[in-house]
Amino acid sequence: MNILVCISRVPDTASRIIVASGGKTIDNTGIKFVVNPYDEIAIEEGLRLREKNGGTVTCVVLGTEVSKDILRTALAMGVDKAVIIKTADDNYDSYFTAENLANYAKTLNPDIILLGKQSVDYDSLQMPSTLGELLNMPSVSVVTKLTIEGTNVTAEREVEGGKEVISSTLPCIISAQKGLNDPRYPKLPDIMKAKSKPIEEVAAIEVAARVEIVGLEMPSKKRIGKLVTDSEVDIAEIVKLLHEEAKVI
Amino acid sequence: MSLDFFHLDDLYTEEEKLIRESVRDFVNNEILPIIESHYHAGTFPMDLVPKMAEMGLFGIKTSTEFGGSGANYTSYGLAMQELERGDSAVRSFASVQNSLVMFPIEAYASEEMKKKFLPKLADGTFIGCFGLTEPDFGSNPGGMITNAVKTDSGYLLNGAKMWITNGTLADVAVVWAKLDGKITGFLVEKGTKGFSAPEMKGKHSLRASVTSELIFEDCEIPEENRLNINGLKGPLSCLSQARFGIAYGALGAAMAVYDSSVDYSKSRIQFGKPIASFQLVQEKLVWMMSEISKGQLAAYHVGRLFENGKARPQHISFIKRNNVDIAIQSARLARDIHGANGILDEYPIMRHAANLESVRTYEGTHDIHTLILGEDITGIAAFS
Ligand SMILES: Cc1cc2nc3c(=O)[nH]c(=O)nc-3n(C[C@H](O)[C@H](O)[C@H](O)COP(=O)(O)OP(=O)(O)OC[C@H]3O[C@@H](n4cnc5c(N)ncnc54)[C@H](O)[C@@H]3O)c2cc1C
Repeated sequence: MNILVCISRVPDTASRIIVASGGKTIDNTGIKFVVNPYDEIAIEEGLRLREKNGGTVTCVVLGTEVSKDILRTALAMGVDKAVIIKTADDNYDSYFTAENLANYAKTLNPDIILLGKQSVDYDSLQMPSTLGELLNMPSVSVVTKLTIEGTNVTAEREVEGGKEVISSTLPCIISAQKGLNDPRYPKLPDIMKAKSKPIEEVAAIEVAARVEIVGLEMPSKKRIGKLVTDSEVDIAEIVKLLHEEAKVI
Repeated sequence: MSLDFFHLDDLYTEEEKLIRESVRDFVNNEILPIIESHYHAGTFPMDLVPKMAEMGLFGIKTSTEFGGSGANYTSYGLAMQELERGDSAVRSFASVQNSLVMFPIEAYASEEMKKKFLPKLADGTFIGCFGLTEPDFGSNPGGMITNAVKTDSGYLLNGAKMWITNGTLADVAVVWAKLDGKITGFLVEKGTKGFSAPEMKGKHSLRASVTSELIFEDCEIPEENRLNINGLKGPLSCLSQARFGIAYGALGAAMAVYDSSVDYSKSRIQFGKPIASFQLVQEKLVWMMSEISKGQLAAYHVGRLFENGKARPQHISFIKRNNVDIAIQSARLARDIHGANGILDEYPIMRHAANLESVRTYEGTHDIHTLILGEDITGIAAFS
């Protein structure tokens, strides 16, 4: 089985995010970057499919040189091949990413493409469906259980108050939701071995941006409430505020 | 994310960080949920042994030829840090297996013995222990009474060891004894006639660790089980390895009580405000943060000294002494910050505080390390 897993590099969710000067990016100082947690689940699923059916797991990331660190994590978890589609900088949109991943996937011709349901940095939730469209492949998102028999694919998704069972056929795209599996920990000997495994580099293709980030802002810290007491003066003030500011009386 | 005031992460390599993160996840998922009940029961969580082995936590520095990972000192240190963030008992288990058992076997045993023991110690089918301390010889191991006498086929071993971590569990014991008045090491296998290892009970510290006596009554030890090393430098070379890991480990315990203190002080409201807003509480947090950050720099540096062949025993004494000391003091401050909750098992404070009392004593007491450094400064040994 030829398995492709697409992963992204995101700030650890416990990081404190600060907007960088310029107001369009975040300040990377002191931030720890990790494999997107949903992508770890995708890697694990890829490894399990390989363990069951044989074949190879290729892991691909799009980004600058620094993104190689998460490929090392993937190699340490046990993927066979790691590929970086190299960009000049971090200024690209989801469509650029999708076109590049699709372009790479065409060269690999995988039986299945696995990825996380979303990246926890920008939370755009676009990749699984956009890739499906670009590659003309069925794409099932937010999957919590996956069974593959021959070329028949059965995927379960949680829907409000129940579950939905979808059948499809290979080749297809599956995006992973929590619950699909528990990703393994990279083991020390495998981490050491991953160090010397090669990472293949391919250059990103140019794709015109369709989305531009105009500005990033921190959530406002302004106090929403106002403190008042039960004195005559304050009661009069509350009535005035409810009338003039809140316009409810 | 854990405390990294000086962006030390920029200095750690990719694989060092990956090892730390992976062991941290392991500790969060496999150790933290079960450790309190083992601490209460006074039992070592044996289920962890195969899991730790699978993670590659035994034989971290041991060569891959013998089933180890062939990692560097810093990776070993970071793994110990994360294990002790969980519990000092689990870290102790790993320290013994790695530094006090696999290290001397790889360094001083015959090829045949390495092949016999190292792969099994690495995959967790064998547990090891290290017997140096005796009932009457702790800080002064050179005075040991346990002795070996040469026979036709090997040696006859007699004597007793005390305070031996993993003793009762061990399949193989690295035992230090005198042969013709000189200290040397022997590999004593479980089941050797005359060898017993009863567990010592009643500890108020390191409760999730097994501590034992080792008793040798006319034990016949084959010639090939003798280690090829003479003098106190044999056991001391092992202790240097372990103490380095302990210096990192103590930081793990210190970070656990610090993290808990930061969280607790921000959420606990008194006098209408989080207690974190009071200057006396902030001062305690700042003390912990500063001391842990200094300890991290020192441990990092000694790791690199080791890797460049420049670490002296005194460097190791420095970080063992300093880091365990600041960890204990951090636990003490954390206890204050948590108020009454600080004594409950819902928080890790008292468990770490009590554990660290053992860590302060074993592997050279705090005071003995003071005297080692005092001798280094003055040229005058105050302990002999
Ligand atoms: C939980 C636990 C696990 C252990 N595991 C192991 C193990 O696996 N293997 C092993 O071999 N040992 C082990 N030990 C033993 C440990 O290494 C010894 O306890 C330690 O070396 C101190 O020896 P002691 O307890 O006999 O104290 P002592 O040497 O009697 O010291 C008592 C006090 O006197 C002080 N003192 C002693 N000599 C001097 C001096 N010259 N000048 C100033 N002060 C001095 C000490 O600093 C200490 O404060 C373990 C201990 C514990 C508590």
